Amino acid sequence: MIKNLLKLVSVLVVASLSLSARAQLVVDITSGIDDPTPIAVAPFAFTGTGVLSEDVSDIISADLRRSGLFAPVPKEDMLSFPKAPDEVIFRDWRILGTEYVVTGRIEPQASGYLLTFDLVNIFGRQTMFTKQVSGGSRQLRDIAHRAADEIYEAITGIRGAFSTEMIYVQEERRGGRPSYSLVRSDIDGARPKVIRRFSEPVMSPMWSPDGQEVAYVSFETGRPAIFRENLRTGARQQLTNFKGINSSPTWSPDGSKLAMVLSKDGNPEIYVLDLRSGKFTRLTRHFSIDTEPNWMPDGKSLVFTSDRGGKPQIYQLTLATGQVDRLTFDGDYNARPRVSPDGKTLVMVHRSRGVFTIATMDIVSGRMRVLTETRLDESPSIAPNGAMLMYATKRGDKGILAAVSLDAGVKYRLPSRSGDVREPAWSPYFD
Amino acid sequence: MFKSVKTGLGLACVLAVMAGCSSTDTDDTAQQQMVEQPTEPVVDTAPEPETAVPLDNVVYFDFDESLLKPETRELLIAHADRLRDSAQNVRLEGHADELGTREYNLALGERRANAVRDFLVLQGVDAASLEVISYGEERPAVPGSNESARAQNRRVVIVK
Repeated sequence: MIKNLLKLVSVLVVASLSLSARAQLVVDITSGIDDPTPIAVAPFAFTGTGVLSEDVSDIISADLRRSGLFAPVPKEDMLSFPKAPDEVIFRDWRILGTEYVVTGRIEPQASGYLLTFDLVNIFGRQTMFTKQVSGGSRQLRDIAHRAADEIYEAITGIRGAFSTEMIYVQEERRGGRPSYSLVRSDIDGARPKVIRRFSEPVMSPMWSPDGQEVAYVSFETGRPAIFRENLRTGARQQLTNFKGINSSPTWSPDGSKLAMVLSKDGNPEIYVLDLRSGKFTRLTRHFSIDTEPNWMPDGKSLVFTSDRGGKPQIYQLTLATGQVDRLTFDGDYNARPRVSPDGKTLVMVHRSRGVFTIATMDIVSGRMRVLTETRLDESPSIAPNGAMLMYATKRGDKGILAAVSLDAGVKYRLPSRSGDVREPAWSPYFD
Repeated sequence: MFKSVKTGLGLACVLAVMAGCSSTDTDDTAQQQMVEQPTEPVVDTAPEPETAVPLDNVVYFDFDESLLKPETRELLIAHADRLRDSAQNVRLEGHADELGTREYNLALGERRANAVRDFLVLQGVDAASLEVISYGEERPAVPGSNESARAQNRRVVIVK
């Protein structure tokens, strides 16, 4: 398995016409696993002239630390700064207890940079890989996240999600009047860009499975309406304008349909819109509230929230038969389900003893586990590798975003410097 | 937008809220109402109803409830009396507090506004003149994570 791979991973140029959002999110790690793997990302050599605008090795260290699975060695504790595997003095790193060392070299290219980096196993005295990532002149952060993805996967066996992004809702008050934005940023909160500003509320952003579009609910027409917007071109389309609620858009796994909630029949029901034909199909028929649909990864059924049993609980609707089965039984409030990429776990908002937290449930066994211990936790959104989820919570009266691993071992917060942030939507992989 | 809203009476409602409430958050509620008024001038010159005293226009609810409280009955009957013979269109804006999920609260806000609509219709108001809009928890009247704020956010606002 240990061979010197030389793989060129090129980072796509993402042309962004968006405005830069003023609020940067700053990561604040609150807990990690008990025994994280010590790894040293030695400062990378730069063969060009001048100074790079980003510290690529620092970004990789921060990514690995945020996963909770790694304990990056601080630069000041390193005895040497090897630039390639043949400069790694194994004995020194062993004494430090470092299990892995990453070395790297950045070269300028015609229109950007090329990073060559190596992962060295100290105790096995082996170079696990040498890889390359290239990107444009403004893509040093992308290059770093791609490298972190490769390192994470080589050590854990799980695909890295550091190159993914998120979309969230930001509310700011200027002169007493609220204004709302849909903001897109790297998953570490860096490089926030406003997708669109609104003077009326906006909610429920949801990425399309190909990562090219976002669906959301906007009140700009005076009532809630569902829109889809192309993230690259900014072109958008209003999909619904029914009387009553038009909410909770969620793309089918193949991207051809959008499940949603419409109350045009008198109370909220789940519908599916075929995006090619424009045809709406009603899925639920019940006088209760049916809302917050989310597709199972196989596209054959949906989970949703309903209070048909008296209190909000999560149900599963099988499309072929129309059969509805209740999934949650613990607690008197379980809502807004999201399904893990492997289809085995639900995450949801769960109330116990009056406190709203994020919980997971194994779908087969029904076993529930509370992941968070803050009070007003909502809107969980799972990473495409299923390792972590992002959610919204309150700190004081301020809305912030936080993340927790699905095994609850790792937690971090991303407080916003300005305004309230909420409803994080974790992107899919972009390739 | 809801074109036939009469700005004049809407402002009267705002004044009613400002004058009629004794709680400390009155100004916040009033500002919220003003924000909801359309800014474009009213073109038609429909006569104002001859209402002597403007009515309070907010009805409050218990947590996770959409049942009308007994004490709101009198106010809603007074609204119905004025709306019954007028051709006025009315927006019933349902709201929820911050507890619970956002989409579920959108549904809860609609349920509350529907409860007000159904009561007014039973009192003889033309259903076609009433439009229900839910904002869920997206437009709190009072910011803050405490029970006093939440109680004031679980509401239906009657916007004329």
